[in-house]
Amino acid sequence: MDFLNAIVLFANFVIIPATAYGAQLALGALGVTLIYSILRFANFAHGELMAFGAMGTILVTWLFQSQGIGFGPLPTALLALPIGIVLTVVFALLTDMSVYRFYRRQRVDPIIMAIASVGVMFVMGGLVRFIIGPDDQNFFDGMRFLIRAGEFRNMTGLDEGLAIKLTQVITVVVALIVVVVLFWFLQTTRSGKAMRAYSDNEDLALLSGIDPDRVVMTAWVITAILATIAGVLYGLDKTFKPFIYMQLLLPVFASAIVGGIGQPVGAILGGFVVAFSEVTITYAYKKFLAYLLPQQWAPDGLVQLLSTDYKFAISFIILVLVLLIRPTGIIRGKVL
Amino acid sequence: MIAVDNLHMHFGGIRAVDGTSLNIEKGSITGLIGPNGAGKTTLFNVIAGAYKPTAGRVYLDDEDVTGLAPHELFKKGLLRTFQIAHEFSTLSVLENLMVVADNQPGERLWDAWFNNKQVQAFEDQVRVKALEVIEFLEISHLTHELAGNLSGGQKKLLELGRTMMVDAKIVFLDEVGAGVNRTLLKTIGTSILRLNEERGYTFCMIEHDMDFISRLCGPVIVMAEGKLLTQGTADEVKANEQVIEAYLGTGQKHGKNRTSS
Ligand SMILES: Nc1ncnc2c1ncn2[C@@H]1O[C@H](COP(=O)(O)OP(=O)(O)OP(=O)(O)O)[C@@H](O)[C@H]1O
Ligand SMILES: [Mg+2]
Repeated sequence: MDFLNAIVLFANFVIIPATAYGAQLALGALGVTLIYSILRFANFAHGELMAFGAMGTILVTWLFQSQGIGFGPLPTALLALPIGIVLTVVFALLTDMSVYRFYRRQRVDPIIMAIASVGVMFVMGGLVRFIIGPDDQNFFDGMRFLIRAGEFRNMTGLDEGLAIKLTQVITVVVALIVVVVLFWFLQTTRSGKAMRAYSDNEDLALLSGIDPDRVVMTAWVITAILATIAGVLYGLDKTFKPFIYMQLLLPVFASAIVGGIGQPVGAILGGFVVAFSEVTITYAYKKFLAYLLPQQWAPDGLVQLLSTDYKFAISFIILVLVLLIRPTGIIRGKVL
Repeated sequence: MIAVDNLHMHFGGIRAVDGTSLNIEKGSITGLIGPNGAGKTTLFNVIAGAYKPTAGRVYLDDEDVTGLAPHELFKKGLLRTFQIAHEFSTLSVLENLMVVADNQPGERLWDAWFNNKQVQAFEDQVRVKALEVIEFLEISHLTHELAGNLSGGQKKLLELGRTMMVDAKIVFLDEVGAGVNRTLLKTIGTSILRLNEERGYTFCMIEHDMDFISRLCGPVIVMAEGKLLTQGTADEVKANEQVIEAYLGTGQKHGKNRTSS
């Protein structure tokens, strides 16, 4: 019984939240990796693009809510998501037209593009806070829990409860669908193959008649879709804080690099590696160990490797370790 | 078909192409020879849009195409292959060929989702064509192999195959035969002749193998030190004293590139 309790406890506080968080990071990292493999620069503005997508979706959600439009037990934000995506796609394309295209035509070094994206990051961040304000926003409605801790306890007779939030399930399901569609797109469609070809060998792609502007545009469209979905899922799961997305940039980049930048599969793996590291390292194991160990061995302290305040430092540590030990990331290479 | 007018391509002090003017006749197979470092590949690079020339103009069918990007030239029917074979290493041989095709449905993002029938029909058509090309090049056993795993010679074949996927007007071949075995070289030669006769391709080919040149090429252009040395039929060129000195014979003094003062 104690063993089961320990497992349920672990699942409740580590596995489930880390899975949802991992899915959010994976979607974010996919966007970073895509831009890296097509436009060949590290897009520091990706976090703010996620913020913009979330903001757009929130504004539409509020509009729907004020009109009394709902989505049953599901959050209205899911209904607003497509419109949020369209707004973000347009915004991303405008950004490309007004900033990156200029540098692309100049054929500048990737590092200059990356620095330009830092500028874009600040402008985007400012814009988001200008529109929606610097405060936290709650836009979640609908059913909160799929399984409540109390119900679970009654059902199973265990001491520990297992709570599964609806947002966590939505996160994982949506992420799964997005990833399947993305891979289908890259592997089988003509545009997808053109993107892979372009990412593999730009010179040859041009000589094969692949239109670079179209490939770049497609990359931005997909990235904006991914960023909006990632941003909204994160906001639904936690709350929407305009500043959090800038902080999220670090774990997102860590995910992309850990997995092997430019590798979509790597981005997904990396997302989960980072999420699980973050959650397992900041989790206090006191109660968990108390279940497993004999009474007299039960720990006094929290048995927490690192305080949750430092959770973003973990991405940083993982990043440094990976760059030292295996700079190519889990999956080698730098192409789609 | 192609007219190059006083073309210059300088890299810092190096004058890789130093005032070359030449014409390539429609329907011809024109050879381009010259010592290593003569500027042949650079000339191709400029014509095919990889570099913007320092000075001079390039005309395709009397249209000024100087400085157009490679994909724009592709749409006008100008293709080239690389001296050092390029390939999409993470795509299969079949996919490598299938991505070559322009202005077709499925390139647009929304067509992939909403125009499925048309896209599918087109895909099937392209696949059939790609398989034909693969068979023609005698690499059927490699159809689904990643192109990155091919040997150097096989990659060269793939380069040639790429130019057969669309109806080109003019194809620039950069030492397409180098590193390819003798029997295959014969096949390649035959296929070049056939593309020329049956599909009306114009070719311009850089080649060091004089026998190969004699067999295929009508006009032969000789370059040395970034300049046009002479031109004529293969026999005329072979007999030309300047050419013998600069290239075919033992004369070494013009052999290597040098920087201008
Ligand atoms: N991108 C570049 N930057 C600087 N120098 C270059 C560049 N490309 C070519 N060159 C120089 O231009 C000269 C001509 O080179 P090119 O490759 O055109 O010769 P080539 O005639 O094709 O020779 P080969 O028969 O060996 O292939 C060489 O001296 C080369 O070093
Ligand atoms: Mg050369």
